[in-house]
Order: sequence, then structure tokens, then C-alpha cells
Amino acid sequence: MGQTIVEKIISRNTGKNVRPGDIVTADVSRVMLDDIMMPFIVSKFREMGFQKVWDPEKVVIICDHLVPASQVDDVRAYKISNDFAREQNIPNLHTSDGICHQLMTEAGYVKPGDVVFGTDSHTTTYGCVGAFSTGIGYTEMAAILGTGQLWMRVPATIRVRITGKLPENVMSKDVILRIIGDLTAAGATYKALEFCGDTVENMSVSSRMTMSNMAIEAGAKCALFAPDEKTAAYCGIELTEEVRSLAADPDAVYDSVLEYRAEDLVPVMACPSQVDSIRPVSELIGTKIDQVFLGSCTNGRLEDLQAAAAVLKGKKVAPFVKLIVTPASRKIWQEAAKDGILGILSDAGAIITHPGCGLCCGRTGGILTDGETVIATNNRNFLGRMGTSKVKIFLASPVSAAKCAAAGEIVL
Amino acid sequence: MGRVFKFHTDVDTDQIIASQYLLFPTIDEMKGHAFESLDTSFASSVQPGDYVVAEENFGCGSSREQAPAVLKALGVKAVLAKSFARIFYRNAINIGLPVIVCKDLPDHVTGGEEMELDMSEGVVKLGDTEYVCTKLPAYMQKILDQGGLIASLDNGEV
Repeated sequence: MGQTIVEKIISRNTGKNVRPGDIVTADVSRVMLDDIMMPFIVSKFREMGFQKVWDPEKVVIICDHLVPASQVDDVRAYKISNDFAREQNIPNLHTSDGICHQLMTEAGYVKPGDVVFGTDSHTTTYGCVGAFSTGIGYTEMAAILGTGQLWMRVPATIRVRITGKLPENVMSKDVILRIIGDLTAAGATYKALEFCGDTVENMSVSSRMTMSNMAIEAGAKCALFAPDEKTAAYCGIELTEEVRSLAADPDAVYDSVLEYRAEDLVPVMACPSQVDSIRPVSELIGTKIDQVFLGSCTNGRLEDLQAAAAVLKGKKVAPFVKLIVTPASRKIWQEAAKDGILGILSDAGAIITHPGCGLCCGRTGGILTDGETVIATNNRNFLGRMGTSKVKIFLASPVSAAKCAAAGEIVL
Repeated sequence: MGRVFKFHTDVDTDQIIASQYLLFPTIDEMKGHAFESLDTSFASSVQPGDYVVAEENFGCGSSREQAPAVLKALGVKAVLAKSFARIFYRNAINIGLPVIVCKDLPDHVTGGEEMELDMSEGVVKLGDTEYVCTKLPAYMQKILDQGGLIASLDNGEV
């Protein structure tokens, strides 16, 4: 019987021919530790009595949620991160290079077939390059640091096939929002998503990243794309038979299959305050807005900034509206500066910030207050996520967000 | 007996403990802000031995282990819901906070009721009615019985 992508990755990792429901112990290829969890990870590591991390090369520490510091307690997290990296000879420490999920793929820490865990729920992102990756808590991360292993249950797979050409102004963000709306916020809990079809084959790795990133919003454990030429080029590896054969077998068995025709898809938004409360933008037209946030590990990449710049070139952000642009990494920031994209956005009136998590984690970078409305390109519109619990957050694609910024209200 | 605090479907971890409190030095300093955006009186009125009962997908969203940790620190005896998000579920077991899947009970409580959970039998007593809950997989029950992942590592049980 054939296997899905996630079953193949876990089988290769464990040397067993696994099936959904099997409980296995995996050897961990790489771990991602973010600043906000570092004080707790280190404290648990010590409490467990470990002296040395199992393999310093496989540990990546990334400061992003708290960069630059907005509260004095944040500085304590930096110090703990720096001290732990020095003590354990961990070479991969990023103090201000961008968002963890962007850096893990961009800097080449994750390759097809890897098994990766991170202390952030959006660790599902690395499925964009055909890696198994998922979020865990700080206690389990401390256990991995000491042992290099973690137990897991092999998930069943939901296959999502999308075929055809996406209409103009429909981005991969609109596609994944629609899928989350159809699955609901709990619809993929404990399961893997596997995306296929010529629509996703034609997408860039960046666009795929948006979809893997948001799979957790349907509860998914991981969200995979079969590695192809684009993956190999992005990861700087050769597309060997071993890598190519991570693709699902034709006779793989799926929990269920969702089918979409790209031509049927339209720009959508997730309405306050549920990620699965999806409505076509056409039904929301005229809603007044106070702010637009373009950034995050979901949609802070070069193609996202380019798409927004194409909308805003020669235009101005509407009166009384703030547009906050937060590139996902330093590399993206620099490329966008070199290409003139940041100039176009700045001319339009955008506030351009340092790379990092920014407003998405609600601690800094444009928090809002009661009664305000924000159109945001990130992944969560939870109650209280970006300020008070009376802020209305609509999640949208970069194109939709840029159009709203110019109009001062929701427009198509 | 413990009192029921009832919550809705898709309660996310931002609602359980918001990100602005995540870097308070200790869980004890954070716990006063539990469920702040939903119920400002929760943290001051919950007593050790009380229960959190919710609908579907409790604990969805971020991987923050602080979410089950503040509930445990407030003395919540168990969280009972129709279903849980997977990271929250794993984190709760790892720190020794019982998380019990119970399909029927949430439809019959609105908050404020007194109930009792018999963990070993997986049965809730609410007045004269008993509700049967789903038992944990043996592997996870073992971690929970030891008081969490660290205690079970210490005992060489996992």
C-alpha cells in the first residue's frame, strides 16, 4: 500500500514502515527556539538535569517576537538566549535577522524530508519545502535538547487538490483562507494537510509558505508540498531521486480529499474574531478601517511587498489610516530596498519597520484600541491579539490589504 | 466537588493568556491574567479544585505552554471539553494538567454548577447524572499519573 508525504518522511526517519496512528520516536533533524520561550526552555532544561544539548549544530535560536525590546523584561530573554548559546556552543543564533519561520527556510536550516520541531505553532511553515515540522511546548523542547528525540503519533492525511489558474488578485493567502473556512478551525486537528495540483505546482515557494504557515489555523499538525525543482532551487540542493520520491505514492490512502478549481476562488477575508469566519471581500465592501498591517511569517516576503507596491505605486494611503509594513527578514528588507519597493511604499505614506514579528504578536509595532479596525496579512485575528479585545481584525492577502490602505475602507 | 467555569468553542491560547503577559518571570505572576479578555473575574474567583468546561477545539492557536500552566497554577483540577487542539493537549499532559474529552457534559452546564470528576473511572457526577468521558491513551495517562513529563523522566518511566 502506498504512502502519503508525511508517512514517507516519518518512515525514512524511523526506519519503520509507518501507518497513521502509529506512535514512534523520531530523531530530530533541527529545532527552532524563539526568544519569547527561551527563559522557560532553559529553566526546564536545567530542571531535567541535562548538562549539554545533544547536538549544538541542530539547534537554532531566533530572537524575533521581542526585537527590538518594547518592555524591560524582553531584555532578560535576550540575555538568556545569548548566554545559553555561548554556554552550549550553539552556532546558530539570530539576534535581529527576522522572523523565525522565514529564517529557518531562507537560511537553509530545513531541507526536504527533515523532521523539525519549534516552540511556535506556525512551525508548520516548513512543509513548504517538504519537511515535517510542527509546534511544541517548552517542556518538550527541553526534552529534545537533552535527548535529540521526541515521540509522535503518525497523522492521517487530508489531501487538498487545486487545479487551474488563479484569477487576478487572488493570492495563495485567499486560497488557504478559503480552505480553513471550509475545514473550520478544528477540521484538520491531529492531521496532516497535503497540497497538490497544478495550481500549487505553479506557485513560488514563498506562496506555498503562506499556505503551510496557516495550516495550524485549521488545527493541522503539518502541511506538506511535494519537493520539486522550485524547492530544490530555493533550498540550494540537487533534486535527487531520493528527494523527488518524497512525493505521495499514487495509491496512498487519505483521510479525505478536498478539490478546488482555481477559477472559482475569489479574494476573501477572515472576519473578527475567528480564523474560519471567511467571507468574500465583495460582501465586506465599505467597512471603514483605521490601520493596515503588511508583514508576518505569513505574508511579509518580497513577493508580498511587491504585490502591495504594485497597488500603491503613485497612490497615497487614505487620510487618517496608518499602513505598517514589516518585512519578514533582513534579507527581504534589503532586497525590497534595492528594488525600490520600500521607496514606493514609503512614498505612499507607509511606516516601514525593522524585520520581526511586529504587530502580529501584539506586543509592539502598531497595537490598536477599542473600536478600531485593522486589515492584516498575518495569520491570526484572535480576540485581543493586536491590542484590546475590542479591536476588529480582518485577515487578508497583501493585494487586498494594499487596496484597503489606499481606500480607507474595505474595497475589492 | 468543584465549581464549573464554562467557555465556548474555539477558545484560543491568546484568550487563555495574552502575549503581553508571556514574559512575566514566573507563571505565578501571569496567572492573575488568565482568561482576562473573556472574563475579568475568572482569575480572582476560581478556587483550587474547580473545573474548566468548554465546547470544541479548546486551546487552539499558539504553542504557548503558559496557557495550561496558568490554569494549573490557579488550581484548576481538570479541563473538560468536547475536543482539544493538539499542542495544548500535549502541553497540558506534559505539565500534569488533566485534559479530558467529554462529549456530553458541555451541553448540560452553563457555569456555576458543582460537579465531581473521578479521573480513574473517567466519570463526571453532576447532581444525579453521570457523564462518561474518554480515557487517555495509556502512554499519556502514565505521564499524567507521574505528575508530568519531568517527573516521569525522573522516574525513568517514559
